[in-house]
Amino acid sequence: MNLQLMWESAPRLLGGTALTVQLVLLSLLLGFVLAIAIALMRLSGIRTLSSFASAYVFVFRGTPLLVQIFLIYFGLAQFEAVRESIAWIVLREPFWAAIIALTLNTGAYTSEIFRGGIQAVPYGEIEAAKACGMSRLMSYRRIILPLALRQALPAYGNEMILMVKASSLASTITLLEITGIARSIIARTYSPVEVFIVAGVIYLAINFAITLFVQRMEHRLTPYLHRA
Amino acid sequence: MKRTIVLLAGAAVLVIAGQAGAKDWTEVVIGTEGAYPPWNSTNASGELVGAEMDLAAELCARMNVTCKIIAQDWDGIIPALQNGKYDAIMAGMSITPERMEAINFSRGYFNDPARIAVLKGSDLEGLETIERLTLEDIDADEQATLDKLKEALAGKTIGAQIATIHANFIEQFLTDVDIRAYQTQDELNLDLQAGRIDAAVADNQAFKDFMETAEGADIVFTGPAMSGGVFGKGVGVGLRKEDSDLLDLFNQAINEATADGTVTRISIDWFGTDMSM
Amino acid sequence: MELLSFGDQGWGDEMFRAAFTTLLLSVSAMLLGLLIGTLGAAAKLANSLALRAVGGTYTTIVRGIPELLIIYLLFFGGSGAAMSVARVFGYTGYIELNAFAIGTLAIGFISGAYSTEVLRGAFLAVPRGQIEAAKACGMSGLLLFRRIMFPQVARYALPGIGNVWQLTLKDTALISVTGLVEIMRQANVAAGSTRSPFIFFLAAAVIYLALTTASNQGFHRAENWAGRGVRRPAAGTT
Repeated sequence: MNLQLMWESAPRLLGGTALTVQLVLLSLLLGFVLAIAIALMRLSGIRTLSSFASAYVFVFRGTPLLVQIFLIYFGLAQFEAVRESIAWIVLREPFWAAIIALTLNTGAYTSEIFRGGIQAVPYGEIEAAKACGMSRLMSYRRIILPLALRQALPAYGNEMILMVKASSLASTITLLEITGIARSIIARTYSPVEVFIVAGVIYLAINFAITLFVQRMEHRLTPYLHRA
Repeated sequence: MKRTIVLLAGAAVLVIAGQAGAKDWTEVVIGTEGAYPPWNSTNASGELVGAEMDLAAELCARMNVTCKIIAQDWDGIIPALQNGKYDAIMAGMSITPERMEAINFSRGYFNDPARIAVLKGSDLEGLETIERLTLEDIDADEQATLDKLKEALAGKTIGAQIATIHANFIEQFLTDVDIRAYQTQDELNLDLQAGRIDAAVADNQAFKDFMETAEGADIVFTGPAMSGGVFGKGVGVGLRKEDSDLLDLFNQAINEATADGTVTRISIDWFGTDMSM
Repeated sequence: MELLSFGDQGWGDEMFRAAFTTLLLSVSAMLLGLLIGTLGAAAKLANSLALRAVGGTYTTIVRGIPELLIIYLLFFGGSGAAMSVARVFGYTGYIELNAFAIGTLAIGFISGAYSTEVLRGAFLAVPRGQIEAAKACGMSGLLLFRRIMFPQVARYALPGIGNVWQLTLKDTALISVTGLVEIMRQANVAAGSTRSPFIFFLAAAVIYLALTTASNQGFHRAENWAGRGVRRPAAGTT
């Protein structure tokens, strides 16, 4: 075990954290919006919408993320029509290809989490909202979504951690986030174990921070469960 | 404790034990990438083929050993040799001082200059430079060419395969470029053709193979053929440092195969030109 | 389409064989994961503080580090680790782990962390009163496990195990980086060799989808079977 190498590679690996965090935050944000739309589509009762939404969830949950990334990055670029379309401005860049893949992936998982959360809202509260004369939209905004999100928070915390881990696959399409930098250091030093251990510690630290954050959020969102 | 033993026993079942101690080399396992045509590639039957596979067969016959060839991704190819996954690397790997720190090399068997490739119609096409650039004892003409390359490529996105002499060249000689490091030459080719990168640096032959396909028809060379210095001393067999007996075997076999024209024949078969050293 | 045909010219037969490797790898990794998961759950539920710490560290680390890193670590460090273990037993020779064994170990190690959590939850779901009752009836530990614990833990754990299986199946795609020719590796090689990435990655996606769907059905049946005789809410109120 080469401790000096570990010490020396740490700053460079930490430099990759910025890109990892960007990838994770941006795709979580976009995926969150997408997931709410998909969850509402699934629960809409309109057949075409709900079957489209379930087909999407089925495909993206049933295939490995690596396949999705390669299909979007290398697969789509194969077609001249794609390369000449406006979409190419975005798809051309590995960063955005990664964001698209990660967003579509987390969107599928997160929509299932939200669907569970929405379904867990007690029916009595929805009835009460109706009785107060709330419109469907308002009852969603004021009652159902806030309750569903609180219900879904622990599961969503897990999804955030899964996304941090998933972002490492962006290294397969030339992005130099933590894992990508680890691989390029290894390409020079041929000491994979040392470098990957340091990278692993950085990932653990990020995920530990997320866990703490989610716990605090849970604490804040459930004031009635603990005394001030 | 009991649990640990159960775990270990489980692990032991999965382990394939090799022969112990000093080897007398009756079997040599060779690692290659299998994704770098025409040097080495995998065909539709799942077989490893290419100039280096043919050469390996010739060398093994001369060394009087049976050889087994297995594929390994490029960026793990040296660590896997050190791990003992195989005993030798034949994967279009150039002999460089950097790699010599980690492993041993046989003498070179093929020598191929590096080239810069761009898409037809790119503003980088047809750079007027000297034809051959040797990065040893750089003279005035060569320095002028280097400066010209540096200027033309500034601000551009340039791709190379990760952990190659080509990636090293970009890092050391070109400043102010956006480097993209690819896992395989195929991925590099795909992105060059798709226009994701402005230029790519790789072996002359790796590009030529691609240019002959329908998809690669729009790829052209630009600038000089480059060798020497950072580009290393030809392509050799990579070996573990402790296996000096195997190194001697390979050196002798390569000497013989070079002397009797076998290396030349294989080179012409696969590359269409004599790249023997 | 002829790219996916069977025979010398097409990649259909290679893809098919690769799918078989994926399946074989998933099954062996899943089994190893269940073995590790049982030990892990036992450790996490043990009275010993040390055992609980070991179990907790294991699941925290594996669930907090990208799978890709764990695979690389075991791939590059695995042989060395196996050799040091062998030294303990007095074997000083050289040990090589083949790609399949490394894949099984790496994916099984990851899968085991998730199985640990599922099995721990299932153990805890068995009402304590039943265990006490069984003890009061004079059942031995083994009999108690066989008659009371196992059938119920299996039932409670099945849905979770189904999820772990899906994760495991999809994680095998990452083993492609070690050179084992499973679906993803084969698709990659074919995509590079034919310069038609779209068709091969799409084919890979379809194969994975078929595998996950088929096994999902299997797990649904198993859940029904394991849940036979359990009182359910009347139809329409789920």
